[in-house]
Amino acid sequence: MNTHAPILPILIPFAAALLQMASERLAFQRAVGLLASGLLVVLTAWLTLLADDGLLRVYALGDWPAPFGIVLVVDRLAAGMTLLTAVLAFAALLYASSGFDARGRHFHPLFQLQLVGLTGAFLTGDLFNLFVFFEVMLLASYTLLAHGGGLARTRAGISYVVLNLIGSALFLIALGLLYGTLGTLNLADLAHRLTLPGHDQALARLAFALLIAVFLLKAGMLPLSFWLPHTYSAAGAPVAALFAIMTKVGIVAVLRVQAIALTPAIPDLLDTWLTTLALATVVFAALGVLAADRLRTLAAWLVLLSAGALLLAPAQASAQVDAAALFYLVQSTLAAAACFLLAGVIAERRGDAADRFRAGPLPATWLKVAFLILAATVAGLPPFAGFLGKLMLLTRLREVAAGPAIWLALLTSGFIVMIALARNGCLLIWKQETPVEPRAAAATPIAWQRATATLLLVAAGPLLAIGVRPLADYAARAASQLHAPGAYVAGVLGPTPAAIGRTEAR
Amino acid sequence: MEALLATAVGVLTACGVFLILRARTFPVLLGLTLLSYAVNLFLFASGRLRLGAPPLIRAGGSYTDPLPQALVLTAIVIGFGMTAYLAMLALRALSESGGDHVDVAKEP
Amino acid sequence: MNWLNSSVLLAAIPATAFAAFPVPLLLQRHGRVTAAVATAAVMASCLALLLPLAPAAFAGGTEIARLAWLPAYGLDLSLRLDGLGLLFCLLILGIGLLVVLYAAWYLPASDRLGRFYSILLLFMAAMLGVVLSENLLLLLVFWELTSLSSFLLVAYQSEKYESRIGARLALAVTGGGGLALLAGILLLGHIAGSYELSVILAAGERIRAHALYAPTLILILLGAFTKSAQFPFHFWLPSAMAAPTPVSAYLHSATMVKAGVFLLARLYPALGSSDLWFWLVGGTGAVTLVYAAATALFRNDIKGLLAYSTISHLGLITLLFGLDTPLSVVAGVFHIINHAIFKASLFMAAGVIDHECGTRDMRRVNGMFRVMPITATLAIIAAGSMAGVPLLNGFLSKEMFFAETVTYPQFEPLGWALPLFATIAGMLAVAYSSRFIHDVFFNGEPIDLPRQPHEPPRWMRAPIELLVLLCLLVGVAPGWTVGPLLDAAAGAALQAPLPDFHLALWHGFNKPLLMSVLALAGGVLIYAFRRPLFAWQDQLPPMHPRTAFERFYRALAAGARRNVARLDNGSLQRYCALLIAFVVLLGGWAFFSGADDAGGQPAGQAADEAAVGTLLVLLLGALGATALYRERLLAVILVSIVGLSVTLTFIRFSAPDLALTQLAVETGTIVLMLLVLYYLPARNAPKSSAPRLIRDLLLALLSGGGLALVTLRMLAAPVDTLSGFYLQQAVPGGGGANVVNVILVDFRGFDTLGEITVLAMVALASHALLDRLTLIAPRRDPDGRAWASEAHPLFLSMLARLLLPLALTVSVYVLLRGHNLPGGGFVAGLITSVALVTQYLANGIGAVQPRLPRQPVRLLALGLLLAAGIGVASWPFGRPFLTSAHGHVRLPLLGDVELASAMVFDLGVYIVVVTVVVSVLSGLGQLSLRARQPVEEA
Repeated sequence: MNTHAPILPILIPFAAALLQMASERLAFQRAVGLLASGLLVVLTAWLTLLADDGLLRVYALGDWPAPFGIVLVVDRLAAGMTLLTAVLAFAALLYASSGFDARGRHFHPLFQLQLVGLTGAFLTGDLFNLFVFFEVMLLASYTLLAHGGGLARTRAGISYVVLNLIGSALFLIALGLLYGTLGTLNLADLAHRLTLPGHDQALARLAFALLIAVFLLKAGMLPLSFWLPHTYSAAGAPVAALFAIMTKVGIVAVLRVQAIALTPAIPDLLDTWLTTLALATVVFAALGVLAADRLRTLAAWLVLLSAGALLLAPAQASAQVDAAALFYLVQSTLAAAACFLLAGVIAERRGDAADRFRAGPLPATWLKVAFLILAATVAGLPPFAGFLGKLMLLTRLREVAAGPAIWLALLTSGFIVMIALARNGCLLIWKQETPVEPRAAAATPIAWQRATATLLLVAAGPLLAIGVRPLADYAARAASQLHAPGAYVAGVLGPTPAAIGRTEAR
Repeated sequence: MEALLATAVGVLTACGVFLILRARTFPVLLGLTLLSYAVNLFLFASGRLRLGAPPLIRAGGSYTDPLPQALVLTAIVIGFGMTAYLAMLALRALSESGGDHVDVAKEP
Repeated sequence: MNWLNSSVLLAAIPATAFAAFPVPLLLQRHGRVTAAVATAAVMASCLALLLPLAPAAFAGGTEIARLAWLPAYGLDLSLRLDGLGLLFCLLILGIGLLVVLYAAWYLPASDRLGRFYSILLLFMAAMLGVVLSENLLLLLVFWELTSLSSFLLVAYQSEKYESRIGARLALAVTGGGGLALLAGILLLGHIAGSYELSVILAAGERIRAHALYAPTLILILLGAFTKSAQFPFHFWLPSAMAAPTPVSAYLHSATMVKAGVFLLARLYPALGSSDLWFWLVGGTGAVTLVYAAATALFRNDIKGLLAYSTISHLGLITLLFGLDTPLSVVAGVFHIINHAIFKASLFMAAGVIDHECGTRDMRRVNGMFRVMPITATLAIIAAGSMAGVPLLNGFLSKEMFFAETVTYPQFEPLGWALPLFATIAGMLAVAYSSRFIHDVFFNGEPIDLPRQPHEPPRWMRAPIELLVLLCLLVGVAPGWTVGPLLDAAAGAALQAPLPDFHLALWHGFNKPLLMSVLALAGGVLIYAFRRPLFAWQDQLPPMHPRTAFERFYRALAAGARRNVARLDNGSLQRYCALLIAFVVLLGGWAFFSGADDAGGQPAGQAADEAAVGTLLVLLLGALGATALYRERLLAVILVSIVGLSVTLTFIRFSAPDLALTQLAVETGTIVLMLLVLYYLPARNAPKSSAPRLIRDLLLALLSGGGLALVTLRMLAAPVDTLSGFYLQQAVPGGGGANVVNVILVDFRGFDTLGEITVLAMVALASHALLDRLTLIAPRRDPDGRAWASEAHPLFLSMLARLLLPLALTVSVYVLLRGHNLPGGGFVAGLITSVALVTQYLANGIGAVQPRLPRQPVRLLALGLLLAAGIGVASWPFGRPFLTSAHGHVRLPLLGDVELASAMVFDLGVYIVVVTVVVSVLSGLGQLSLRARQPVEEA
């Protein structure tokens, strides 16, 4: 069991998907799905604990050693991200299992396969394999996005798909260039060969720049981020909640490539421009939050906001900053997902008003309380996790070059989110529509799955604040492990990478 | 030879990009197809160009680099899947909107 | 009992408060009284916990309790109790108790009070936290919590617009200030090297000397001034008067608004005694003092008047801290106490009047003395204290203020200015106090009140009586009453030995006394001659901060909407253009910014006619398709030509597998495109505008040219790839001679598994997307030729029937030999699919439908299962996922075949590929079966 632990986060959802494809009975699919994602949570939690011994777990698929075969590499970061994915997936699936999944075919297998793509992308140590998992993740997300139908979704889907197809082409070009210049596709091996003389450095720089560009497209950085708000606000609540992790795949990929390959060899590749564009993204997202006219749109902009804030980290090339960023990543992902689910349940209770920011039937008290807690969390108000995340980022970004600008952007955007949520929240949960809609009274009770899933994610705000210390410490350890490229390369390629036998191709 | 291949890649890319920037789904579909040809050739070229050296192990043969070929094969198949997907999506958009414009509908 | 040491007690105070705040809500179903009693009990128990600690604090000691929370970032649960904290705790809990009692009577009997008391307790807990924090970040946490809970309290009657907008305004200002404070504290901690007060208070010199002192001070003052409603941030406080009066009495007179001045007192040793401090704090305080006092005079709403008077008094306290002498700090602390006492009682009195009369408009509420003499007397005494009448506590602190202005060391030349200013401020205070007294309690008869007022219930008045009694006691015998508390608090604020002063009613005939007399006389005079003043004031443009705020927000949101729309016009073309442009720019920068070595020698392989010919065909196809993309059918054919020449290229450069795959995929693509073409509307997009065309051409040329050059350079670059390993290991390790296939199914089988997963999902999508989809089947093609509706050419169907078994045999052969010769699962699968698709073309979907697999999804699952299952099969042998095994078998016809476990994998690939291609194409085809026929347009 222990030996195969690294691949289980990929195989479990895969097996679940196969079962669900074998029978289209919804009840069966639900059971399998919930069971699998519950199992996934337990397993990834165990893997996270396992990884915390600081050892690199390398799983050589087909028993072929790196760099020749594909390897999965489990470090603290990868394990932690799979855990986050699993938790998010469980909540989203629980929510979806109350009828949303019946609005179209194959929701369940596609959901599980999206998980395969996500966990695989976090775990793989081979860049072409990363490309494959990106495709798995994206193709699943395309269809999940369209799930439930509606023109808005299809339209958003088209631009999402086309942009990502261009992204995939770009990814392949980058990979070709990497192989054609450095002769390998394994990240560790690439990092190692970058430090050796005798390769075309200009091409190598270009290759990594293209690679980063692909990741930034997924991460949603301005000016590559316009697809994001449309896509996320069009998707159904549970789908959007799961999507909240997808931008993080891009961000984590940037962090990883930057820490392992770029810092030792091409430290200047992310200079200045990345921080500038990340700040622009934060500002743009803050504008979007102000402009949003319904809760789920606002949530979509929040995803962009957190992406912008997180993209401030890579260019700093500092374990300290990344430690803060990783905590911020966890809390902001859960908060945004919670926002999507809450928008879903609130919309159920407000008839035509749905989750739009206007007067309507008042939601139930527990929804009001949940909204208040969530609003405080995403607005970065104490004592919830949002505040702590902001505090950490501000603290660690104090010394960096663009410090003042970053502080201004982060604090101002926090202020904007606060006043926007205060106003729109008042309309949403306090402003009774007059005359009261008759429909409001006849609102059906909210399915327990939806309530539970929503509360689960909303509770993350307070819970992460109480249990912040272990998480923050883990994030710190993960960051310092990430910023030890030598150990990574040695761990994947063996103690003496140079010793790997290779023969001239030409 | 190298120059010829480079030209091919360049032209395919240029044509692909131009078509992708059109406003209807069909040219975009064509453009993505052309772009994927370009990408496949480029990826293929990353193993360098060898004449008469197929990677089939035989007595005393000389071989080209097999790995890019495997990657390209993967890319071709995935590319086909994606094209098919986009086509289906286009038809769905068509049936829902009665149009084939690619732009995102403004929020309702 | 030794575990119950003082630090545990200290920690227990806020802990109790926070733990118990939901209690009233839980108990409210047992009635209002229960809720009220529970709330009072919580406050009382906090007091009880405080008492054992009080003596030490009185003696000037400082009790500290620490508990780690987020040490890595300096945020810890460390608490501190000293004189200053003690003073505020007593205010918070003491007045809190009175407010609980008062609210029970004030709020309508319909209100079950649970929610109100719970939020009130939450606020109290946060407030206790603020005054007990040792760690500044922790203080900030509680600080923002007070903003949050006050938001909920102000918006308590959430159905009213005034409540909501007032609450939002308060939150925006105080919360925004909180963000500034956060930044300030982070800087302060950075300078001092710790967020613990005990460190910071000791580091005053270093802090004032630091380069970041000015920004730090300004940011922190922003926090303090917004909270304490100092000019120009004062406007939120009057709007917050929409809160129920008990809330105003508690938050807006005694506690929350005092948090700002508390912070001034708290950080005085660290930040005070600098010119910047003097000008910022003193200046702001002075302006606020006079401006608010003048405004208060003209408010017609009783609570409005009291609100502005509160602002003015907070200004006075701020000014006192700004004056920056030990004695002025003492006076400031003293006035904090006095103001809390008399202003709370005044708000409660105002609440009584509102409660009894149903309005608070002083133009209507008159002659109340006759109606409610006791309440009136109490209110008059309290107002006297507010005005600074002797024998009352307000008088004492104001005397100290006057004394300070007289003896103030700085700016000698204008020695008279400060006292004069102080006297004027005093006059204004007297003026609005006399207006309050005269208008409300005398000044003729009440004018059409909603209700018939009379004395309030006994217990509603009790809190007022108690507070007014305090006003008198402190006023007459300050030394005995507040003396020790003041000493302890002021000492803690100064963190230094107290200056020599003694509290007394009578200091003899001196300037301060003269100033007081002047102030009283002048104030009465001003009120006497109020008519012209009011007339003048009426012409001034009215100020409505609430509507202004809402307008401001709307403008902000509208602006945001405009800008977002400008940046994101929803046009995919723009998105793509931006993406491509970004990549070109970034790539160019990355390529040229590095230290550029010229790269390797261009590798020379002579071009020959065949290659040139292939290229020409390819160019023809690509450019043709691009130029003629509006001629859709033609464009498809041209694209397929490109595909074929790509195939040729693969053949030429020794990639047989690629060639086969490309060829097969090509067929599928064409059929696909034709199907799509059949449905897509014939009309074309309008021609793009010239600038758009230029933009697109530019991007196309840049990306194309760029990639071409990069290709050349890459082909020339030296490289040392992994290929050797695969070539060596293919036969011994992978059991196959076709290295490409061995890589696909063995070395990198994991990629292939992912790849067929992608394909499988395309098939799933074909159901998810196309099911229940109906399209309009056009009768004519773009050129107006009618589509043939039946008549599938006979010879083709014949041919196809013959072809099918042949194709199947071939594909099986290709599949089996794939491991050693060009072929394998993909190629085999594609060949089979093509054969099936030909059937479909030849006989039409109707004919083929029955032959298609019943359960495509299950087939997919089977294929994936084979591929993954063989991977898991290696586990029992202790090998990782997808480890292969192989051996030799003799098969009829095929001869000696090397069977590798990888072949099962390949079989899985085959099944998936066939299922996917067929179900996608048939899925598209079936659309035609249920396509609606359009009305033939004439």
